[in-house]
Amino acid sequence: MIRFRVNGRAAEVAESGARLLDVLRLELGLCGTKEGCGEGEGGACSVLIGERVVNSCLVPVSQVDGCEVTTIEGLASPALARAFVEEGGAQCGICTPGMMCAAEALLRACPRPTIDQVRAALAGNLCRCTGYTKIFAAVLRAAGERAAGEQAAGERAAP
Amino acid sequence: MMAPAVHRPRALDAALALLADAPPQLRIIAGGTDIMVMLHAGITRASALVDLWQLDELRGIALEDGGRTLTLGALTTYTDLIESPLVQAHLPVAAECARTIGAVQIQNRGTVGGNLANASPAADFVPILSALDAEIELASARAGRRRVSIHDFFVGYRKTCLMPDELLTRVRVPLPAPGERLHYRKVGTRRAQAISKVVLVAAIAGPTLRAAAGSVAATVVRLRGTEAACAAARGRPTASDLRAALERDITPIDDVRSTAQYRRRVTGNILCRLLLEQGATRV
Repeated sequence: MIRFRVNGRAAEVAESGARLLDVLRLELGLCGTKEGCGEGEGGACSVLIGERVVNSCLVPVSQVDGCEVTTIEGLASPALARAFVEEGGAQCGICTPGMMCAAEALLRACPRPTIDQVRAALAGNLCRCTGYTKIFAAVLRAAGERAAGEQAAGERAAP
Repeated sequence: MMAPAVHRPRALDAALALLADAPPQLRIIAGGTDIMVMLHAGITRASALVDLWQLDELRGIALEDGGRTLTLGALTTYTDLIESPLVQAHLPVAAECARTIGAVQIQNRGTVGGNLANASPAADFVPILSALDAEIELASARAGRRRVSIHDFFVGYRKTCLMPDELLTRVRVPLPAPGERLHYRKVGTRRAQAISKVVLVAAIAGPTLRAAAGSVAATVVRLRGTEAACAAARGRPTASDLRAALERDITPIDDVRSTAQYRRRVTGNILCRLLLEQGATRV
């Protein structure tokens, strides 16, 4: 058996070369992760393994044994979701779960990215609606809001 | 489609034992960025996979031979290269190259060993290994360990000298000589996610050139004739001599990504410009 955690919950599935994408959607009912191209070009199926973003269509489930997987359903970042809504970073929505997972991986590693860092971090995620500008703006806005939130929390915690 | 069964050996010896009595259609998987696509599309069939991902013996970047050789475990990912202080200090061109392979998602999973074993003529990391005369370490239960020169590793289009019971374990990269500068150039449709139309590495030390290119022949090729033309002109060949030599070194084709004519022209342009920038060619 393959035992791993998805969004903080324990999961157990048969050991096989099945795509993590199919296990998430068909066995675990987590349909937020989308299949785009199925060949690692589009990024719609992006999820986090630990702190790293991957294409779940290219990862056999055997390779997540003992890992922490985070999908769009488990992204506990209201600031990121709000920024996508407010900046118009989502239109048809197919790319959005993958975009947000890639953005989350970036913001965890680099809380105040430059626009070039955002572009590089999302280079593996295709969007055919927005022209990307609104998505990059959303990620920069979320970074700013998270930093402001942390600063406020720090000030409240200080004596 | 039925997902193939998976073997997950916990040690290299166990993996080699599995391969030793290999049933047909047993396929090896490392980062999965190529084979998962081919399996899903039905281009490759596998009754079972040997999943190497847990074999930490095949990880690690180290300096050996008194600091003259950088060794890369077969499971070294492009992200590992980008983040390695040893790579930054001793072979920064490897990190520069790694940043152009796929995008972050691919860099997090794709491996150096997979780039070699998959044997695509467009493998972006391979020209560096060719230009620096790298050696590949192979292991099998039958024959133990052996080393093969990168120049003998590819035996044809998508074919390597790997035996069915062999695993690629490590790559040994002799570091550039003092004063030897490495240059990496990739031409594709965009900066990320592109499969190369042309990829070229040139190591230039005064009049001496070592160069290799991908996507311009059935395998990644070392540009021996071009190197000789450069040496014969004591490092200052004319652009037309350089292009003429290059024409004999490469055998590009028309395919979905580009044309033979474009590839010939652009490979020549890249090399001429690099040498011109180094003050090492006349136009």
